[in-house]
Amino acid sequence: MSRVVNVVVAGLGGQGAIKASDILADAACRAGHDVKKAEIHGMSQRGGSVTSDVRFGEKVLSPMVPRGEADFLVVLDPDQVEVNRPVLRDGGLVFGPDFVDEKTLTNRKSLNVALLGALSHHLDIPEASWLEAVRAALPARLHDMNEKAFRVGRETAARAANR
Amino acid sequence: MDAGRQAAQEAARQLLSGDQAVALAALDAGVALGTGYPGTPSTEILESFDALGGRAQWAPNEKVALEVGLGAAFGGARVLVTMKHVGVNVAADPLFTAAYTGVSGALVLISADDPGMASSQNEQDNRRYAVAAGLPMLEPSDSQDAYDFLIAAVALSERVKLPVMMRMTTRVCHSKTLVERRGGLPPAKAPAWERDIPARVMVPGYARPAHKKLRARLAEVQKEHERSPLNLWRKGDARLGIVTHGITWEHVQEAAPGASAFRVGTSWPLPLERIRQFAASVERCLVVEEGDPVLVEQLRAAGIAVEGKPEMYRFGELSVERVKRIVAGDTSPEPPPLKATPPRLCDACPYHPVYDTLRRLDCIVAGDIGCYTLGVMEPYRAMDTCVAMGASMGVGLGLRHVLPEAQARRVVSIIGDSTFVHSGINGMVEMVYNPPSTGHVVIVLDNGTTAMTGQQEHPGTGRTLDHDATGKFSIEGFARACGLQSVDVVDPVADPGGFETLLKQRLAGGQLSLIVARRPCILAAADIRKFEKVNAEKAAAGCRTCGMSDEVAISAGLTVLDGRKGGT
Repeated sequence: MSRVVNVVVAGLGGQGAIKASDILADAACRAGHDVKKAEIHGMSQRGGSVTSDVRFGEKVLSPMVPRGEADFLVVLDPDQVEVNRPVLRDGGLVFGPDFVDEKTLTNRKSLNVALLGALSHHLDIPEASWLEAVRAALPARLHDMNEKAFRVGRETAARAANR
Repeated sequence: MDAGRQAAQEAARQLLSGDQAVALAALDAGVALGTGYPGTPSTEILESFDALGGRAQWAPNEKVALEVGLGAAFGGARVLVTMKHVGVNVAADPLFTAAYTGVSGALVLISADDPGMASSQNEQDNRRYAVAAGLPMLEPSDSQDAYDFLIAAVALSERVKLPVMMRMTTRVCHSKTLVERRGGLPPAKAPAWERDIPARVMVPGYARPAHKKLRARLAEVQKEHERSPLNLWRKGDARLGIVTHGITWEHVQEAAPGASAFRVGTSWPLPLERIRQFAASVERCLVVEEGDPVLVEQLRAAGIAVEGKPEMYRFGELSVERVKRIVAGDTSPEPPPLKATPPRLCDACPYHPVYDTLRRLDCIVAGDIGCYTLGVMEPYRAMDTCVAMGASMGVGLGLRHVLPEAQARRVVSIIGDSTFVHSGINGMVEMVYNPPSTGHVVIVLDNGTTAMTGQQEHPGTGRTLDHDATGKFSIEGFARACGLQSVDVVDPVADPGGFETLLKQRLAGGQLSLIVARRPCILAAADIRKFEKVNAEKAAAGCRTCGMSDEVAISAGLTVLDGRKGGT
């Protein structure tokens, strides 16, 4: 059985952490994986911290990523990086808000999608599935901006990996 | 698998939250009416049902929702009633007797529990309600279960003529997992009135035989549950067998992959004989359940020797890590949770000036449940009690009755608009009936929405669940009708100084007074303007869906203007 991939997306309410995890889970689903996604929302709408767990592979059981077993941590707020680091396994990767140069984005609001682009470089999900998921999650007027952000993130990760 | 069939299967499977899966199942089960009161983590069920084309409506509170649902089910319809765990407390009065009356159609009550209290004031375990009321209860473990179990629950309710409870938890409601839309029910009979006075009128002479009939029906349900495919027996290593339920089933499969396991899907009445066989098939039979030791107590009472979890795991959610510890009998201290940033009032929230004033006037604040509970946080710390929906009213009055006069005069009840409609109304009647000698001051924080749960409509907004215009409940109109001596409507943001002056006057006045601090929620304001515009256009085009005369609508608007001129 293929290993389950564990991703934790973290941020503060309103930064798009849940949206990012929705897109990731949808992309994994489109790529044919079993997927589960868990998060706590409610009070978190009011600027509190938000984390969302996405797990995919051949067969996923618990929807929650056990602490110390995340392969990837995607963080939208600089203050949330260190707080959430314990979720990572040894050798797990962090994509913090500074992974992508903000100036290369049309709008900082698409940072979540840019970081997904970075993550995508490391995952077994076809680019087409990603782009379908991005378009399905956002209104048409935001498609171009977010597809561009996705590519910026993906290329940044590819460059970082080649260094 | 050929490509065509695979493509069809891919298209049929959807990534849905448990709440969304319940809504989809309700549609496929022919549910004619969904009703409830918003409450995390249940809120999205009715919103999704509405979005799918189902008939869904918000009630003023859970008791009314259940009663409306019960009436519809008496009439022969299939009904879904949704609420969070503490909402079942509000609905408990009709619930217990609905077990005696039964239904003609079908009624499924969703209890969305919140172990760990992600967004609740307690973590009560509503599996206890099934036992106490005498109602069948099902418990799904993921979204596919939520879909399948809801359809099974509707079918069971219709077959045995009893309301059926389905208990979900935050993780099942809000986690997304793949769902295959498979099944549905044949159409229900068209609703029609059938008089059955002994079954529906619970005077003692009819209720006594009804109780006996209930117990006989439950004995039948238990027999069904012994054979139910909703219970799963996974054969594994005979040295360890785990009995579990709900989301914990998923954690158990991951934490103890080789063990034998029994997943209880029919949580009440329990399939005791099957569990007895399971327990006898393993050397060590461990019950891993989230929350109270409900399974352990019932199994032991039935003479089944099982091991329970250590008391420390009664608190909070379970997880793969915690299940591993329970299996290992590990009671060493757990690692502390990761540091979370607490929520706070939005920067542009209209309640800031209210809490700033309450803090500076050193008020004793009987608080209530909603976003505004965040007034307890720094920098204000301006809330002294918060217990239950609507409790600010009675608690404030009780404090006024007994505190020394100088302190009693500082007591204020503070409550949101949706919470006031939910159950603050009764407290206002009490205030007029048993007025404290120092009078009392109630502040309704009216932001025009049920903000905390995600901006749902309520009777005070004058719009239905799907934002169409309808009859509008007037908070200040109600207070005047109750006979309050002073009623004011103010905008605390437009004139914070005016608000403070007014509050000082009302605190000194010794009368029964209401101040409605009205200003739309910053997150909802744009949507509210959009709904108002759409509804105005519909009205201008001659749409009369709400059935209200223009006069009523205008007078509702005028009360606001009157208040702004200085109140009555």
